[in-house]
Amino acid sequence: MTALERLTRYVVWTVAAATVVFLMTPLVVTLAVSFGSSTVFTLPPPDWSLRWYARLADTRGLLPALTVSLQVAAISTAISMALGTLCAIALVRGRFPGREAISTFLVSPLMLPGLVIGIAMLQGFKSMGLRDVYVSLLIAHVVITLPYIVRTVVGALGLFDFSLIDAARTLGCSYPTALVRVLVPALAPAFLTSGMFAFLASMDNYPISIFFTDAWTKTLPIQMLQYVEERPDPTIAAISAGLVLLAIVALIIGDRLVGLRKLADF
Amino acid sequence: MTTAATAPAQQLPSPWRDPVALLAVPAVIYFAIVYAYPLVWLLLKSFSSPTGFTVQPYIGFMSDPFNWRVIGNTLRVAAWVTLFCLVVGYPAAFALARAGAFVQIVMLVSIILPLSIGAVVKAFAWQIVLRRDGVVSQFMVGLGLWDEPQRLLFTETGLVLGAANIFLPFMILPIYSVVKLIDPRLSEAGATLGATPLYRFTHITLPLTLPGVVSGIAFVFSMSVSMFVIPSLLVGDRFQTLSTLTGRSFLLMRNEQLGSTTAVVLLVLAVSIVVASTWVGRRLGGRT
Repeated sequence: MTALERLTRYVVWTVAAATVVFLMTPLVVTLAVSFGSSTVFTLPPPDWSLRWYARLADTRGLLPALTVSLQVAAISTAISMALGTLCAIALVRGRFPGREAISTFLVSPLMLPGLVIGIAMLQGFKSMGLRDVYVSLLIAHVVITLPYIVRTVVGALGLFDFSLIDAARTLGCSYPTALVRVLVPALAPAFLTSGMFAFLASMDNYPISIFFTDAWTKTLPIQMLQYVEERPDPTIAAISAGLVLLAIVALIIGDRLVGLRKLADF
Repeated sequence: MTTAATAPAQQLPSPWRDPVALLAVPAVIYFAIVYAYPLVWLLLKSFSSPTGFTVQPYIGFMSDPFNWRVIGNTLRVAAWVTLFCLVVGYPAAFALARAGAFVQIVMLVSIILPLSIGAVVKAFAWQIVLRRDGVVSQFMVGLGLWDEPQRLLFTETGLVLGAANIFLPFMILPIYSVVKLIDPRLSEAGATLGATPLYRFTHITLPLTLPGVVSGIAFVFSMSVSMFVIPSLLVGDRFQTLSTLTGRSFLLMRNEQLGSTTAVVLLVLAVSIVVASTWVGRRLGGRT
C-alpha cells in the first residue's frame, strides 16, 4: 500500500467517525438537556433530573397539539395508503401512457418547497370555499404523506413476482383471496415502513401545517416552535426527547421488518 | 416492464383502455384538485391585476436591491451547505459501503435515525449547540482553534452548520447507493495495468459515482433553498432568505402580494434545480 492510499484510508475513516458524532449531536444534546437540571441548557448538565418531564403534564396546549398531530398523521396516512396502493398497482401493472409522469407528479411534493405548497393550498382552498381548518389540515397532510407510500409501494410491487398470484389461482384460490393471501403478506413490510415514514413526516411537518392553524387546531411542531419563541426552557427538550424515542421505536420496527440496509435505499 | 411477458394468456388491451389505469384515478384526481390546482392558481394570481395580465409585481420585486440580497443569501447559504455536505458525505459514503458489519450498523443508525426526527426538534437542538457556551464553542476552544468562546447562533456560519447537519443524510445515501454497486475489482484491474491511485480515482471511481453525487447535490441544494424552520430558528430576522421572506410576508406582514411573488420566485428556483439535476443525471446515464 502506498503512502497516498494509507493517507486516503486514514482520512476516510476519520471523516466517517466525525460524521457519526456530528449526526448524533442534536439527538444527544436534546436528551442530555431534557434529563439535566439546568434551566439555561448548561452542558454537560450540572445534575440529572426529571423535572422537565414532570412539567410536561401542566404545559398548556401540549396535549391538544399532540392529539391533533396524532389524529391528522393517522388519518392522512390511512387515506394515503389506500389511494397510494391503488395507484401503485396501476403504475406497476398497467400498460397505459404517462405512467412515469403520474409517478413524478405524485412524488413531486417531496421536492418542492413546503412553504410554497402551503401558501398555494391556503389560497386554493379559500377559492374553493373550504374554510374548516381541521379538514384543510387533513386534506393537506394527505399530500404530505402520499409521496412516501407511492414511492415505496411502487418499488416493492416492481419486485413482486405476479406469477405467484396465478400459481395461487391454479391451486384453487379465487382472485381476491389470492391477492389477500399472497400479495398482501409479500408487501406487508413495504406498507408498514412507508406508512411509518409517512406518519412521521406528517407528525413533523411545519411549513405546510402553519397555514392551517387556528386557536383550537395546532399541530405539535407549531406548538413547539411557539414555546421556543415565547419561553425557551428544557421542557421543549423533554417533548423533543419523546419524539426521538418515537423515531427510535420506528427505526427498530423498520429494521425488524426490512432491515437497516433496505431503509437506506434511495 | 416485464409484466406483459408474465400474462401472455390475456388479450393486450389498447393502451388507452387498460382497466388497471382506473386504479390510479382517485389519487391523480385528488392531487389535481388539492395540489396542482392551488399551485397553478398561485402562479396565475401572481400575474393578474384588476385590469388583467401584469408583470408589475415582478418588476417591482426585481428592482429592489434588498430582494437581490435575499436571493443572494438564499443561493450562497445553499451553496455552502451543499459543499459542506459533499466534502463530508463523499468519503463518508465510501466508509459506509466498505465498513464491516458493526461499523456499518452504527453509521446507518446515525444516518437514518435523524431522518425520522423533525426539523423543529433538530433546529432547537442546534440553538443549544451553537450558543456561546455550546458544544461547538467548547470544542473549538478545547482544540485551541479559538482563543475564547464564540456565539455561532444567529450567524450565517451557524445556519450553514445546522442545515448541513440536517441535510447530510441526503448526500450520503444517494452516493452510498452507487458506491455499493461498484465492483472493487475494476480499480484493482486499473492497478494491475499500472494506473496510479490518483488516476484510478479520477478515471474509474469518480465517474462511476457521479450519478449519486449529482442526485445528492440536487437533494441538498434544493432542500437548502427551500428550508424555512431552520433559518427561522438559527439565524433570526436580520438575515432573510426567499423562504423566510415568503413566510414573513404571509404570516407576519400579511402582505399577500409580496408573499405570492416571492413564493413564485422560490417555486421557479426549486423546479429549475430539479429539472436541471434530472437532465444532468440522464446525461450521465445514471438513475437519479
